[in-house]
Amino acid sequence: MGEINIVDLSKNFTLTVDGKTQTVQALNRLSFTVRESEVVALIGPSGCGKTTALRIAMGLESASGGKVTVDGREVKGCGHDRGMVFQHAELLPWLTAMQNVMFGLEMKGMRGQPLHETAMQYLDLVGLKDSYHRRPYQLSGGMQQRVGIARALAIDPTVLLMDEPFGALDAQTREDLQEELLKIHARTHKTILFVTHDLDESVLLADRVVVMQHGRLQEIIPVPLPRPRNDLAALRGSQEFAETRYKIWRALHAAGSTVH
Amino acid sequence: MADITERLDEKADTPAADAKRRLPRSAITTLSVALVLLIWEGFGPYINPVFGSYPSAIAMAFWEISRTGKLWAALYESLQPFVVGYFLAIAIGVPLGLIVGRFRTLDAALGIYITAGYAMPLVALVPLLILWLGLGFKVKVAVIFLMSLFPICINTWVGVTAVPKSLIEVGKSFVASNTVILLRIVLPATLPYIMAGIRLAVGRAVVAMVVAEFFTTISGLGAIIINSANNFDTATMFVPIVLLMLMAIGLNSLILLFERRVAPWQAEISGRDKE
Repeated sequence: MGEINIVDLSKNFTLTVDGKTQTVQALNRLSFTVRESEVVALIGPSGCGKTTALRIAMGLESASGGKVTVDGREVKGCGHDRGMVFQHAELLPWLTAMQNVMFGLEMKGMRGQPLHETAMQYLDLVGLKDSYHRRPYQLSGGMQQRVGIARALAIDPTVLLMDEPFGALDAQTREDLQEELLKIHARTHKTILFVTHDLDESVLLADRVVVMQHGRLQEIIPVPLPRPRNDLAALRGSQEFAETRYKIWRALHAAGSTVH
Repeated sequence: MADITERLDEKADTPAADAKRRLPRSAITTLSVALVLLIWEGFGPYINPVFGSYPSAIAMAFWEISRTGKLWAALYESLQPFVVGYFLAIAIGVPLGLIVGRFRTLDAALGIYITAGYAMPLVALVPLLILWLGLGFKVKVAVIFLMSLFPICINTWVGVTAVPKSLIEVGKSFVASNTVILLRIVLPATLPYIMAGIRLAVGRAVVAMVVAEFFTTISGLGAIIINSANNFDTATMFVPIVLLMLMAIGLNSLILLFERRVAPWQAEISGRDKE
């Protein structure tokens, strides 16, 4: 469960600039697979289409060509088989942390006692059991994103899609949450596809890194670091980390990547 | 060492001391009102009492018509169509603004009437409304309703269009239906705008109430205004006017209080800090 297939995916946007209509190709025949329980990072310069690809996989946008399938079923809109973690958490500001987690569950049809218990269980998983009654503005950025992750995981999706989930956080909080995500993955074995522009993050978290350029696939780079990855500090100092990071850096700086 | 501690203490005290030095809002408002009343009281008596009045004369007139119960009977009479018309405007304006803001087709089909309706010269239409609804309670409700409907509706509409797209996508990503997105995401996100519209409508509803009392059956506070104006009793004429303005201020603060209760996050995320 949880295999994502991205097949020949294309996406064109029409923009009106100074009264003239332009077509921008955000994705150009992108294809790759995320295997069951695998963690894959999508990396590339801004504007390369990585977020667009993720949004199409979520069903928030439609493809102009090609398709995305999850466990063989073509994505035709949002579904409970996929959980989305947004870049800025996007919690509903009038709800408490607990109610935010409950929101997704209620949409899945859960009511009553199980609803409360499940929400609490996932808040506990992200370490926020004691802050369940706080509203988003009473939570730090890192805590907000933890709630965002709990909300997405609570509906028990087969795949987790994350759009630069830690991009808006400070370095220390980001590292905490990266560790947390590795722990959660070790426990739940969810398939995770995440977008990032952080080289270190892609190496630390992913099994494979998909490098994109101008809406196309540039290269897929496997990360040879073993799991479980408990000691991130030691990993950062390892030879494999440095080599993989360099490979990704080279792919990102390959010919034709001058537009940022 | 002692020097350092002392300086730290001083620094820690600064924000509190700063707050102490600043006058509280209510004190500034009281001062401002007192000043205006004082100036008015000072100049007022030199003006012919037909052409103007002043606070102490108005207070005397107030005492006169409030003692006989005339003022309160009139207020009670005025408030009935006010309450009905105003709440009807909220009950219809908010849902209308929500759906017009949310659905393209309704925006295109109805938006134009709402924009036009806001600018409608209602006073000119009162005679027509009288033909339709008579001279009594109903026509007064209609005038108040029509005057307060549009600011509420337009504000709600604008609020809906200002809801961040990302919050709606949260709903979509959890497969929420359109109704759920409207009621559980768009409505709460729009609340601050809705409350602003409801506050704006207070003023319009008060004006509409008096207009209705002038142009239909002369009644309520409007009747006191007209009758005392006809008798050149300017001081008495000012009594209902001042009372209505006070009522509007009171309603406004009540709604503000209510807003802080239903949308407490708004005050937190928007800067209420003023220079």
